[in-house]
Amino acid sequence: MSSRPIATTRSATEIPTGKLAVWWLLGSEIVIFGGLLASYIMYRLAHDAWHAQAAATNTWIGAFNTLVLLTSSLTAVLAHQAAEEGNGPKAAKLLWATIGGAATFLIVKAFEWTMEIRHGYTITADTFWSFYYTAAGLHAAHVLAGAVVMVFVARSAARNQELHRVELAGIYWHFVDIVWIFLFPLLYIAK
Amino acid sequence: MSEHHHPNYVKIWAILVGLLVVSVLGPMLGIQIVTLITAFGIAVVKAYLVAKNFMHLNIEKRYIVYMLTTCLVFMFLFFAGTAPDVMEAEGSNWEKPSFELYDEAASHTVGHGTAHH
Repeated sequence: MSSRPIATTRSATEIPTGKLAVWWLLGSEIVIFGGLLASYIMYRLAHDAWHAQAAATNTWIGAFNTLVLLTSSLTAVLAHQAAEEGNGPKAAKLLWATIGGAATFLIVKAFEWTMEIRHGYTITADTFWSFYYTAAGLHAAHVLAGAVVMVFVARSAARNQELHRVELAGIYWHFVDIVWIFLFPLLYIAK
Repeated sequence: MSEHHHPNYVKIWAILVGLLVVSVLGPMLGIQIVTLITAFGIAVVKAYLVAKNFMHLNIEKRYIVYMLTTCLVFMFLFFAGTAPDVMEAEGSNWEKPSFELYDEAASHTVGHGTAHH
């Protein structure tokens, strides 16, 4: 009899349980981020004055961070490919590159927020900035969480263990990328 | 872990970066419709490319697509339920003075019209 928990060995929907759990997690994330973005759009349409506040965000910083996340998604999917080929060490290296992308994103964001706060654009300055910091902050928390998870996945992948987790971390990471793909035009381009 | 044919990921990444450049440069023209298409239209295309090619939703079990779509639909339902309270700031809990005034004015118009007939 196997000593592994039954949840890791069964697959009621012909989808491995771990992968199914990640998809359900993302289902709930759709409602969380979707609700937040829909509310933002609603308020934005109702308040013309937000244009003036939105003009203060730096498009180039937003674009650079979009490039960083797109590139980290590439390394994440290449890690998945390497894991499927059974090459754990290569998958681990690519995951570390993805973690590097996450770190770059967060460092850039820290500088950006410091700059904005010094200019008086704090979370209580205006409803636009409340949305800005809430949406970007919630997203940044997801970036941080993804990076922490990938550290553990990369460490086991380097020893050729639990390679299926590389794909699961990747699916989550691509979702974080998609959320930013929508946040970028909403917060940085629509001025 | 499912074995499958992998697309050229670097090529997809290059397309995504190209779309990013367009989404930044397009709005600089200052034409509203161009901004909407280049910023938000391209965001939808980019999200589709990532979901299809990186998340492999195109080869995932259909159950997953249905589940994600259901979550999306529910999100819009919740949104539609709360939207009137935000878009029409006065009043609360579905009692809107401006709506009532509108209804009152409409009923007067109908009443007025009926009187003529």
